[in-house]
Amino acid sequence: MSFDLASAIETLEGSFPGSITGTVEYRGETTVLVDKKDIAGICRTLKESFGFTFLAELTAVDYLEVKTPRFEMVYYLHRFGPEYDENVRIKLKAAVTEDDPKIDSVTPVWKGADWLEREVYDMFGIEFTGHPDPRRILMPEDYGPFPLRKDFDVRNREASKLSFEKALDQDAE
Amino acid sequence: MERVEFISERSVINRETGLREENMMLNMGPQHPATHGVLRVVLYLDGEMVVKAVPYIGYLHRGIEKLCEHITYQQCLPYTDRMDYLASICNNIGYILAVEKLLGIEDEIPERAKTAEVILFELGRIESHLVGIGTNALDLGAMSAFLYCFKERERIYEILETVCGARLTTSYPRVGGLPLDLPDDFEEKVWNFLKIFPKTLTEVDKLLTRNRIWIDRTKGVAFISGEDAVDLGLTGPTLRGSGVPYDVRKAMPYLGYENYDFEVPVATDGDTYSRYLCRLEEMHQSLKIIEQALKNLPDGPYAADLPDVVLPEKQLTYTRMESLIRHFVLVYEGFKPPAGEVQHAVENPKGELSYYLVSDGSGIPYRMRVRGPSFVNMQALPQIVQGSLVADVIAAIGSLDIVLGEIDR
Repeated sequence: MSFDLASAIETLEGSFPGSITGTVEYRGETTVLVDKKDIAGICRTLKESFGFTFLAELTAVDYLEVKTPRFEMVYYLHRFGPEYDENVRIKLKAAVTEDDPKIDSVTPVWKGADWLEREVYDMFGIEFTGHPDPRRILMPEDYGPFPLRKDFDVRNREASKLSFEKALDQDAE
Repeated sequence: MERVEFISERSVINRETGLREENMMLNMGPQHPATHGVLRVVLYLDGEMVVKAVPYIGYLHRGIEKLCEHITYQQCLPYTDRMDYLASICNNIGYILAVEKLLGIEDEIPERAKTAEVILFELGRIESHLVGIGTNALDLGAMSAFLYCFKERERIYEILETVCGARLTTSYPRVGGLPLDLPDDFEEKVWNFLKIFPKTLTEVDKLLTRNRIWIDRTKGVAFISGEDAVDLGLTGPTLRGSGVPYDVRKAMPYLGYENYDFEVPVATDGDTYSRYLCRLEEMHQSLKIIEQALKNLPDGPYAADLPDVVLPEKQLTYTRMESLIRHFVLVYEGFKPPAGEVQHAVENPKGELSYYLVSDGSGIPYRMRVRGPSFVNMQALPQIVQGSLVADVIAAIGSLDIVLGEIDR
């Protein structure tokens, strides 16, 4: 018996009333739009009750001046089927506002979210409440701006220069 | 950690004497031959034992995702070579497939292009696994296995060179098919490779699989259970070495992989040796796929008949005004996928590589995100080396088969 995605989403709507704001089908992908306040709960339910044990992707998109709220978190969850053709992938999207760029961490649900969330923080400045190790990951730790934001100026070298000079000073000491 | 009581990474209390002991902090890398690139791992050691390992990445960060927000879809292709440079052809094909999905033209790609891409993809897999096994063995002191592997890898590079003119940075297929037809001697070269390669594979097999030293250095080293591996999001041979039979080629087939007869090798021990066995058997399976694809390589067009996406033939660009204009528009503005967002995953040699593309209807991607297998697999390092010896850290890094170009992007 194959997995019934529609009924799973219905069950979710029942357990988290008002948090599921819609579903979108595009190019064979099912997207569920969710409220950010319940993201960790929805992920936990999907993992524990519906078998979405694998977090395939976690990222964010900055829609500066295109959409409000400005940021969107994107989660791809994967469910292994007993047979190969019963694999299911589902996408969750949660909007995050510019004034309050915070969302609950899903690291308690999947340990693998750790570095992916650190990367989103590093690149977009979205903070994850409850993350065990909220440091930058790719950029230097004292780097100021968040590079993948749309208002980041690629030509401005000031931030790199500052953190480079700081590192040089530390070496001199 | 029975002998001592753990206080922090830096200090422990010896249970026998009741004295406080300091752990040693050892900086491994960023320049270290066994870290396969510029990776820094800070090891907290109690004698020879690793108490905690903290990886630091980002030394090779080039901001590929940001760069791709300023250039057209075709121009992003060369950047994808430079992520997992050991299997750049697989990265290229993965990206092309994602853009084709975004455009909604998957069904219009001609069979010849698809079959050729399957052959190149599997050659890329063999190439990467050869380096994976070879360097893992080299790090543990087995020089000859490494040399056998690299000798064969050279043959694959020769094939790639005849196909696209480049060895490492292939940038080969284009959205909509191949840029040029396959060279005349392509099939012959691949058949030759299929004839010679199994011998080397047997040699590597004989050198390592029942080698007492290799078994001692890899069995039970860097163990991870299947459950933990899924929880951490590991993919590729690292996951299948722990007994989880997940392979994107089977789970979400692309390029017509559902029509090929091959198996997904799985080992159950979850240690370095299991991952090695998986890689070795995967090469056999890749050969099987290449053989089937070569037998069924159809003639016919090599690029889709889509004037909005595919560049006109070079000869026509030189001689006809309309083609020249089309060429100019496609190069200058690029094709414009409809607004929307897709994710496409492929089974790279190292695991699941997926591209997440967001289009706003213009000729440049609004967001291009790469989920590299090495990045996620690397997360397992602190867990799998905890409590092991320093020498095993090198075996662990080698068996995760990471490429720093892809981790840091």
